[in-house]
Amino acid sequence: MPRVAVWFVRAALLYLVLGFTLGAVLLVQKARPFGVAAWESRPAHVEFLLIGWTAQLVLGVAVWIFPRRRYASQPYGHEGLAWLGFALLNVGVWLVALSPFVATGHLIEIAAVGACAANLWGRVRPGLSQM
Amino acid sequence: MPPLTRWYIKSAMVCLALGLLLTVAEAMPARLPAVFAAAGPAAVHLLVVGWVTQMIFGVAYWMFPKHSADQPRGNDLVAILTFVLLNLGLAARVVAEPAHAVNPGVVSAAILPVAALAQWLAGLGFVFNTWPRVKEK
Repeated sequence: MPRVAVWFVRAALLYLVLGFTLGAVLLVQKARPFGVAAWESRPAHVEFLLIGWTAQLVLGVAVWIFPRRRYASQPYGHEGLAWLGFALLNVGVWLVALSPFVATGHLIEIAAVGACAANLWGRVRPGLSQM
Repeated sequence: MPPLTRWYIKSAMVCLALGLLLTVAEAMPARLPAVFAAAGPAAVHLLVVGWVTQMIFGVAYWMFPKHSADQPRGNDLVAILTFVLLNLGLAARVVAEPAHAVNPGVVSAAILPVAALAQWLAGLGFVFNTWPRVKEK
């Protein structure tokens, strides 16, 4: 697993813990209400699990497992783009989770997807066994 | 494919079917008991936790780099407990959450925190077992 994929997947695991923790608090709150503040964490719960956990894990595993570039010094593609995607995605997740910057956060996430897609696009092709 | 992965994937497919079924039931509240109209959050969690996350758990358990020669997939007991807690917690939630929304009671109020704790522990168990397997070649 290349280093950038390790960072993607480990970050995703951290968001899983954060998202599940907020989700547990929200579920307990339904049975034993302890204040409005808990409900304000719902957008962060959704963001951490949909983008921070699921999308980030998929992108990290894709960097690792998609067919590698042949005859290239960087078999996992332009890792600089993958690192840029990683950084932008995580900045975006926190901007969305900290509600005042939702639109900016989503725009940064779109830029992250662009960087990751630019890196992965050329690797979406038949594997050697299918050629 | 290890047996636990097979359980994860089959359970995930059951959750997908149940989640979609609940969304259908939620869409026709006039013909069904009121509890189905309150099943929106349960349906979403069947799809997002029961289907997507559970499928990821199962495939990661199977395909991620080996932990060690002795424990290639990490601690087997933790892995099994993760599967059990995730599914019991989710099932308890799916039953108790809509019931509590329609008719809050002592039983549903007692079940929901237990469901929350079970799912939270499942998340921790998965991360505990998976973290050491996420490593550079």
